[in-house]
Amino acid sequence: MATARPLVRTETDAAPVKTGVRWTRPRLRRKIRHGNRRGLPARVWTERSAYVFLLPGMLIFSVFTLAALIFAVYLTFHRWSIIEPDRPFVGLDNYRDMIHDERFTESVLNTIYFSGASVPLSMAIGLLLALLVNLPLRLRGLFRAAFYLPVVTPFVVSAILWKWLYNGDYGLFNHYLLQAHIIDAPLLWLSDKNLAMPAVILMSVWAGTGFSMVVYLAGLQAIPDELYESARMDGAGVWQRLRYITIPMLRPTTLFLLVMGIISSLQVFTQIFVMTSGGPVSRTTTMVYYMYLWAFKYFDMGYASTLAFALFLMLLVFTALQLRLVRQGFEA
Amino acid sequence: MSGVVEGVDLRQVAPEPAPPARRSPARKPQNGIQFRWQQKVVTYLVLTPLAILFVAPFAWLISASFQPMGEIFSTSPHWVPKDPTLDGYKGFLDVGHLTKAQQGQGHGDWRWFANSAFVAIAITVLQTFFNALCAYCFAKRRFPGRNVIFMLFLATMMVPGQVTLIPNYLIIKHIPFFGGNDWMGNGGHGWLDSYWGLIMPGIVSAFGIFLIRQYMLSIPDQLLEAARIDGASEFRIFWSVVLPLCAPALAANAIFTFQGAWEDFFWPLIILSSPEKITAPVGLALFVVQNRTSWTLLFAGSVIAALPMIIVFLVFQRKFVQGIALTGVKG
Repeated sequence: MATARPLVRTETDAAPVKTGVRWTRPRLRRKIRHGNRRGLPARVWTERSAYVFLLPGMLIFSVFTLAALIFAVYLTFHRWSIIEPDRPFVGLDNYRDMIHDERFTESVLNTIYFSGASVPLSMAIGLLLALLVNLPLRLRGLFRAAFYLPVVTPFVVSAILWKWLYNGDYGLFNHYLLQAHIIDAPLLWLSDKNLAMPAVILMSVWAGTGFSMVVYLAGLQAIPDELYESARMDGAGVWQRLRYITIPMLRPTTLFLLVMGIISSLQVFTQIFVMTSGGPVSRTTTMVYYMYLWAFKYFDMGYASTLAFALFLMLLVFTALQLRLVRQGFEA
Repeated sequence: MSGVVEGVDLRQVAPEPAPPARRSPARKPQNGIQFRWQQKVVTYLVLTPLAILFVAPFAWLISASFQPMGEIFSTSPHWVPKDPTLDGYKGFLDVGHLTKAQQGQGHGDWRWFANSAFVAIAITVLQTFFNALCAYCFAKRRFPGRNVIFMLFLATMMVPGQVTLIPNYLIIKHIPFFGGNDWMGNGGHGWLDSYWGLIMPGIVSAFGIFLIRQYMLSIPDQLLEAARIDGASEFRIFWSVVLPLCAPALAANAIFTFQGAWEDFFWPLIILSSPEKITAPVGLALFVVQNRTSWTLLFAGSVIAALPMIIVFLVFQRKFVQGIALTGVKG
C-alpha cells in the first residue's frame, strides 16, 4: 500500500491523503507554501537541519560581533585597565575627556587628511589606467599585471619597502631627486613634519591604485558597445564619448569605489605603524593608531573604546551606503 | 523594516556571474576606439613609464634581497647586485651559518612563514566551508526566522573591524576553560597568544556569506528537490549538489580570504606575543619598528612573504578579476 503511494503529487491526485501516511518532504513543503499551515513548532522541527547548519556561524557572530559591540559600549562608561583589577564606572567621563582631548582632534584631522587625499588620487589614477589598459593593445595583459602587482603585495611588505625608499641617506627617492637636481639637499621624508603624511599617502596610492583599476575595468567592460557606435555615428569625438558616455556610465562604479575607499582609509593603521609610528610629533597619528596607543600602550581599554566608538559614528554613514550599494549591485 | 527585508529577498533575481566572453585582444575595437599606429605608439609611451614606476619598488626589493649590507648601504643604488648573496634567505632558513655579527643584528625565523601559512590555510578552508553552509540555508531553505537572522548577518557587515577590536581582545582573553581560565573566564590568558584566537573569529564572514548566497540563488530549486526525492539527507544535498555548482563563488571567497588572512596584521599583532608564534607580517613589522638594521634579512623576508600572494595571483589571475566583478560591481 505504502509502496504504491506516488512521491510527487500528480494531476490525478485527489485531496491529500491523511490516513496513515507520513508526510514526505515535498508534500510538506507544498503544504507550508500553500496554506493549511502547520504550527510553528512543527515547521521549526521539520527544518531543524537549517538551524544546525547555521549554528557555527551564529555562534561566532553573536560572540565576536554582537556581544563585542555591546561590550564596546559598556567599556566606554568604565575605566578599564588590563593591569588593574579595579574597573570603576565613570559615567560619561571618557566622552568628556575625548571632546577636550587635543590629540584626538588632531588624529581626526590627520585621518581626514589621509582619506581626502589618498582616495580621490587612487581613484583618478585607477580610472586613467583602466581607460588605457582597456584599449586594444597587444601587451595590455602585462600592463594590467604590472599595475596590480602592488595590490597583491602584502601591505606590511609594501610599507617596509617604502620606508627604505624614503630613507634620508640611502633611499632611492632622495638619490634620484638629487641626481635630477630637483632637490638640493636630501629630504627627511618620514621625519619631516610636513612631508610625513604626503609620503604615507603616496605609498598608499601606489598600493591601492591597482584595485581601483580592476574595478573600473569591470565597469568599463559592462558598457554596451552600441552606445559608442551610435555616438560615433552622431560624430562624437574621443573626448565627447568619454565625457558623455564613459564617465556617466561609470557612476555606480565610482560611487562603489568611493565608499569602499573611504571606509578602508578611515581605518588606516598598518602603514602608520610600520613607517612612522605616528610621528613626527603625532603628525601621522590617525584615529586607529591613536586608539591602538591608548589600548595597548597606555592600557586604558575604556578610553580606547570611546575612541573606537567615535570612529564607528564617522563610518556609520558610509557603511550604510556600502550595504545599499552591495545589495543594488546584485539586484541590478 | 519589512520593505528592507523584501529588498533583500528578491528571489526572482538570478545573478549571472558568468564572465564576459574573452575578447581577442587587438582585434575587436573596444569602446568604439579604433586605433591608428600613431595613437598606439603614444599610448605605449604613456603606459610604459607608468608601469615602470609601479613595478620599480618591487623590482628593487627583489634585487636588494640578494645584496649584502654594504651594497644596500652604498650611496648609489645597484639594480643588479654586484656581489649576490643568499645571506638574507639563509637568515630565515638556517641561522647557524650566519656570522656572529649578523646574528647580533637579529635573525628571522622560518616559523613566521609556517605560522602564517598554517593560519591562512586554516581560516580559508574553514571560512569557505562555514560561509557556504550559512549561505545555503539563506538561499535554499525556508525556515521560521530566516529573514530576521539574515538581516542580522547583513547588519554585521556594517560594523568595521577596528571598532570591535578592543572588546574582542578582552573576549579572547576571557574565553572559559582555555589558557588557564576557569569556567567564568578568569585567571588565565584565554585564547591570547594562541592560534585559536587568531582563527576562530575568522571562520565566518558576513560578506562571504552574502557573496555565496547570491550565487546560490541562481541554482534551480528542482535540482535540490530531485535530490530530496532520491532520499539524500540535507547535508548530502548541500555537499554533493549545491557545493559543486557554486565553485566559482567558493573560489572567489577562498582567494580573497587567503589574501586577507595572509597579510592580516593588526589582529595578530595584538593577539600574539611569543616570538615562535608570530606570523610573517608581524615578525617583519616588529623587526623594522625595533630599528634593527639587518636590511638584507628584512628584504629577503619580505620577498618570501610576498611570494605566496604573487603565486596565488598568477595562478588565479582571471578568478581575481571575476571575483571583483562578483563582489557587486556591475557597471
